[in-house]
Amino acid sequence: MTQKTTISPREELVSLYLENLDMITEGSPDILNRFREEAIQHFKLLGFPSAKNEKYKYSKIEPLFTKDYEKYFAPKKISFRIEDIFRCDIPELDTHLAVVLNGFYFPNNGLTTKLPNGIIISSLAEAARNYPDIVGKYYNAQAENDTDGLVALNTAFVQDGVFIYVPKGVVEEKPIQLINLLLSTENQLVQYRNLIVVEESAQANVLICDHSLSPMQYLSNVVTEVHVGANASLEMVKMQNEHNDSAQLNHSYIVQERDSHVKTNVLSLHGGFIRNNLKMLLNGEGADAHAYGLYLADRSQHTDNYTYIDHAVPNCSSNELYKGILDDQATGAFFGKILVRQDAQKTQAYQANNNLLLTADAKVSTKPQLEIYADDVKCSHGATVGQIDREALFYMQSRGIGEHEATLLLMFGFAHEVVKQVSIESLRDRLDDLVEKRLRGELSRCNNCPMNCC
Amino acid sequence: MLVIKDLHAKINDKEILKGINLEVKAGEVHAIMGPNGSGKSTLASVLTGRELVEVTHGQVEFNGKNLLEMSPEIRSREGIFLSFQYPVEIPGVSMVNFMKAAVNEHRKYKGLGPLSASDFLKLLRERKELVEIDSALTNRSVNEGFSGGEKKKNEIFQMAMLEPKLAILDETDSGLDIDALRIVANGVNKLKRPDNAVVVITHYQRLLDYIVPDFVHILYNGRIVKSAGKELALELEKKGYDWIKNGEGL
Repeated sequence: MTQKTTISPREELVSLYLENLDMITEGSPDILNRFREEAIQHFKLLGFPSAKNEKYKYSKIEPLFTKDYEKYFAPKKISFRIEDIFRCDIPELDTHLAVVLNGFYFPNNGLTTKLPNGIIISSLAEAARNYPDIVGKYYNAQAENDTDGLVALNTAFVQDGVFIYVPKGVVEEKPIQLINLLLSTENQLVQYRNLIVVEESAQANVLICDHSLSPMQYLSNVVTEVHVGANASLEMVKMQNEHNDSAQLNHSYIVQERDSHVKTNVLSLHGGFIRNNLKMLLNGEGADAHAYGLYLADRSQHTDNYTYIDHAVPNCSSNELYKGILDDQATGAFFGKILVRQDAQKTQAYQANNNLLLTADAKVSTKPQLEIYADDVKCSHGATVGQIDREALFYMQSRGIGEHEATLLLMFGFAHEVVKQVSIESLRDRLDDLVEKRLRGELSRCNNCPMNCC
Repeated sequence: MLVIKDLHAKINDKEILKGINLEVKAGEVHAIMGPNGSGKSTLASVLTGRELVEVTHGQVEFNGKNLLEMSPEIRSREGIFLSFQYPVEIPGVSMVNFMKAAVNEHRKYKGLGPLSASDFLKLLRERKELVEIDSALTNRSVNEGFSGGEKKKNEIFQMAMLEPKLAILDETDSGLDIDALRIVANGVNKLKRPDNAVVVITHYQRLLDYIVPDFVHILYNGRIVKSAGKELALELEKKGYDWIKNGEGL
């Protein structure tokens, strides 16, 4: 009789790594390979973040990894034309498009697109071979492999992802759109990596859309590192629209140099389990950071945002607004930390988190936190958890708007405060539309995909 | 149009209205005056269906229908409009969307289809001009960051959009300077027609210089204690409310 031993998901992943090391490293560029060994050691030591880890207090991570997922070390051949199954239906939105399919860059006339102005949109693995100087300089420069087991896991296993490079002084009006698609006939764990470099005085708009196109179980563990040079501007909008059997773990790192401007907007429209980490480091004087987020959750969905804004130098400003609407038995969390270091005089940092709970069973935990070591700063933070404003509701009803419709308008108005921060008008209007549909309980599909998986 | 019979109402077990009788006919302007705490705003709340107020006795008929059985939105669609004493700020909801929703709900109730975007904007523009409201206000969120005067003008603008049969103006004059007062009053007068009616609730005579009432009622301690023509308002202005409180002249 064979003896059955149970091994933990952590041990399983470590042995998966060791057993497949050849396959993982073979064909993978040195820039990616050289960090793997150390990363797997970190993961072995750290494991999955537990509830004891304050940062992950409101999300249970390990159970996500106990499900059976396929893991691929090379793109699985799927032959179809991307436009046959997915077409982003924001008609006025003309973008430079990159598609990531199940964690691998999907070739679009090759693995690298170079625009006439020097902008590069490429597979990360390919870019590491073609542009080793740039990728080598920024890859894994920010990822916290030694403190977050999930990030270490990503670094150990990563095969591909997207590389976006905006050279010095280049101002690109047309947004760069990155669409992450999950499409397969089996459950999958995908771990890809994005690297975005916006050099000095350059400007770019990046739109990231996450979609699940087939009704399988997915777990994404994704790291995105962003470097924004002096006097550069970047706006990054992320739209998460995945089905209830999908789980997302996102780790975004952004470092900003002198006088740079960054605006991020994370719109969690739909998804079974969403955890977004955002760390912004204000590393040069005069930099300003704006971080916005909206999460809409119903049924048993869970959405958790963790943000960490690090004011490392003087004269920087940050502004943060996260809002959530939770229905049914949905759970949510916001943990926002602002660190103002001793040198960071004249810092201005503001943070707000507002939540609407539509039922008695919906739950949200909110934890704004300021840690200030400088003495000449302006900082504020605030959090609210509330229900629909009865006075506003009555006001609208007294104008003839029915209670249901009035409630929707109020929720929509609440959410719009975040959506309105998106600068591209056609995208903003479409997002308003998607949010409205979502709040109405209609299917908020944003593509012509035939699956009704949301 | 509106018939109130022996209306009693309470808020948190405290009886505020203690037997109101009032009839408002089409084409009339009524003013309800009275000292603080006499029940003026409670009467407005009962007529518009605010949950806080509980009717314990009496009847209210509006064009032959039992008003008290209707939800606030149905009352509005039937033609009742309240200009709020304290208009509510609704961040994130634009005036345009708010009014579009309201106008289309009214139309639906009458069996009409929604207005096209261009027809709606035309209506919006017309009515803005009629009540002399600053064009920029409709581009903003409902009442958000509006001054006291802007909020009151915005109420009259909404009234112009919805064309109620019965408009109840609850202390619309409070917090208005003389210019704003004139604009608000002009708006109300322009909307006046033989088939609609206005009930003006106010402390002071000054609004009634502009919106001239056919009847003035004094509400005191939950009852209408005196009704007369517009000259009553002038008498009140001269004498104050003490003579009413002392039971003189009734």
